Amino acid sequence: MNILELRNLHVTVMNKPILNGVDLSLKAGELHALMGPNGSGKSTLANVLAGRPECRVTAGQMLYRERDLWPISPEERAREGIFLGFQNPVEIPGVSNLRLLKEAYNAQRRHHRQPELDAVAFRAHLRDRTAQLGLPEEWLLRPVNAGFSGGEKKRNELLQLMLLEPRLAILDEIDSGLDIDALTLVAEGINALRSTERSMLLITHYPRLLDQVPPDRVHVLMGGRVMLSGGMELARKLEQQGYGWLEEMVT
Amino acid sequence: MNDRPVITSAMARSYKHGFITPIPSDTIQPGLDEKVIQWLSAKKQEPDFMLEWRLAAYWHWLGMTEPSWSSVRYPPIDYQAIRYYSAPRSANPNAVALKDVDPALLATYEKLGIPLDERLTLAGVAVDAVFDSVSVATTHQKKLAEMGILFCSMSEAIRNHGALVRRYLGSVVPPGDNFFAALNAAVFSDGSFCYIPPGVRCPMELSTYFRINAAGTGQFERTLIIADEYSQVSYLEGCSAPQRDRHQLHAAVVELIALEGAEIRYSTVQNWYPGDAEGRGGIYNFVTKRGECRGDHSHISWTQVETGSAITWKYPSVILRGAGSSGRFHSVALTNHHQQADTGTKMIHIGADTRSTILSKGISAGHGHNAYRGLVKVLAGATGARNHSQCDSLLLGEHGSAHTYPYIEVKNRTAQVEHEATTSRIDEDQLFYCRQRGLSNEEAVSLIVNGFCQEVLSELPMEFSVEARKLLAVSLEGSVG
Ligand SMILES: Nc1ncnc2c1ncn2[C@@H]1O[C@H](COP(=O)(O)OP(=O)(O)OP(=O)(O)O)[C@@H](O)[C@H]1O
Ligand SMILES: [Mg+2]
Repeated sequence: MNILELRNLHVTVMNKPILNGVDLSLKAGELHALMGPNGSGKSTLANVLAGRPECRVTAGQMLYRERDLWPISPEERAREGIFLGFQNPVEIPGVSNLRLLKEAYNAQRRHHRQPELDAVAFRAHLRDRTAQLGLPEEWLLRPVNAGFSGGEKKRNELLQLMLLEPRLAILDEIDSGLDIDALTLVAEGINALRSTERSMLLITHYPRLLDQVPPDRVHVLMGGRVMLSGGMELARKLEQQGYGWLEEMVT
Repeated sequence: MNDRPVITSAMARSYKHGFITPIPSDTIQPGLDEKVIQWLSAKKQEPDFMLEWRLAAYWHWLGMTEPSWSSVRYPPIDYQAIRYYSAPRSANPNAVALKDVDPALLATYEKLGIPLDERLTLAGVAVDAVFDSVSVATTHQKKLAEMGILFCSMSEAIRNHGALVRRYLGSVVPPGDNFFAALNAAVFSDGSFCYIPPGVRCPMELSTYFRINAAGTGQFERTLIIADEYSQVSYLEGCSAPQRDRHQLHAAVVELIALEGAEIRYSTVQNWYPGDAEGRGGIYNFVTKRGECRGDHSHISWTQVETGSAITWKYPSVILRGAGSSGRFHSVALTNHHQQADTGTKMIHIGADTRSTILSKGISAGHGHNAYRGLVKVLAGATGARNHSQCDSLLLGEHGSAHTYPYIEVKNRTAQVEHEATTSRIDEDQLFYCRQRGLSNEEAVSLIVNGFCQEVLSELPMEFSVEARKLLAVSLEGSVG
């Protein structure tokens, strides 16, 4: 079964066309990489899948587990297993990581008619995951992303991912801003989450992460479309040659 | 629009304390004149000095006009249409044990989450329960008395601790201070009294829970707290009222006196009935709260979470008379639907090296109107005085309004006064982030608003900050589409 299927997807942001007919499908258990130059619409694609209100679908279809995503609210998409790791995670002053994590986790459990976890049980549940990411316990009491370094924010996204265990994880430049050790930690985290039940779309600019997390397929987004798809060799070619050679194909 | 009933019922659901206790009560006819005051004073078996004090305030009040400088708008109040006294017939002014209190009253407080049975109360909290015009019970009095702490209703204090009352009552808020304070001085019916002897650190939170029950009455309570030298006390006030279509007036006065080295922390969680989604009904809350740091190195802090009332008009203030004394004001005011709040503080620096801090968080949802009004005044003698003020406003939706009116008067050149203000709309990126993690729009708004208020909420005693958070969430219901 296709977890995600995009057919001729057209999206505008503030009336400006950004995506002009994206076709893409992702099967259960697959991990795909999405590459493309700055401003080509990668984040827009991630956002429209998560339901950001500013992204308007003007034509085409987005199917998630054979269900049309368009009428579904962002929160329901999330509770149904779509997770977006943000390129620029936002700061929420005064709200602790713990609080957001607990509310998110329990919202999902309510949705699936499972009992909510109380504060004690939740912390125990969280402990292994924070340890795995090398995050100190105090981390949880800090306000969400406030004053976090770029790399810390990305680790925080990964912590949320590990907690929420989505069916479809879209990770928008989860590797940017990470030091070498953190990159390995994040890669290990992603690999640990790979399963036949879970699909992932990794948005990245460099094959560095892909070397540690081998993708099933690599796509290049240009001119608001998936221009080209291939394997790891495509990622390497882009690293060496950039996007210039593809430009001609756009026009 | 056929979504109106839905909104109204959502609002009805959200005010959980809107029930009425059916209980026979002694209520006087509407109207106010000298006879009413004489009757009231006699009813309470007050000494002569109190009657004279009340009458003087009444005469003063007759010559005053209702203040019009604030930004709140409401139709004229007919002071002759208000009943100035209502008490449950069963209220027993001499009740010493809980078994002497009417079970219907106990049940009311139980339902409000304030059990008066000492075995069931929150650990470490003593409660004075005021029902309409009278105090019906005060818990833990014996235990407190062992340490010399007096905690009782105002009526009892007037009867039994006349000398203290006479010395301090009206010494911070004089009877003629302002229109509502003068009215209160003339007709106040009960409230709480508290005295902490020198060097004593009060071992429990003291609190008063005000309940308006009867229709057509006003509640006029008066609270007096005296912290003698080097004593400490933390005090909390809560309140609620039934859901009614008619407005009801609440005009209270609170006076705090901190002597040398003493510390008073006063917290309020104000949850008077706010009216319905269309602005019908709700409490008009006109309150004068003022503390005086009378002794050197004394400290007074006000923390308030204002979510209720149709109109809130209050400016808890501190007179910093003692050298090195300090005052703080922390406030969250949330207005939803058609609620109006004009609230803030006055910090009057008289003594040398006095310090004050103001932190105000205003949230406007629906057609809510929210104004911060604050005065920082540094007198000529207040060498080295310092103030820092921070006023943040958050707007939810398109129809609410937020205003900041900071007044600063500095007569001493060594003083440092800083004022910062921000106004923002709720951040769409934050909302989307939370929703992407599975929170509903309403849960996301509530979480973000809670974060916005965090610094103030963390000033509340633990048990109450949890309550305040829930109350904020409930008060925001129906504020987002
Ligand atoms: N709110 C907005 N208003 C107008 N234009 C927007 C808005 N948001 C995004 N865009 C535009 O949409 C285009 C695609 O942006 P997007 O962020 O999706 O690119 P990207 O491929 O993720 O780039 P990068 O590699 O730099 O992250 C850009 O030209 C951007 O300027
Ligand atoms: Mg991007």
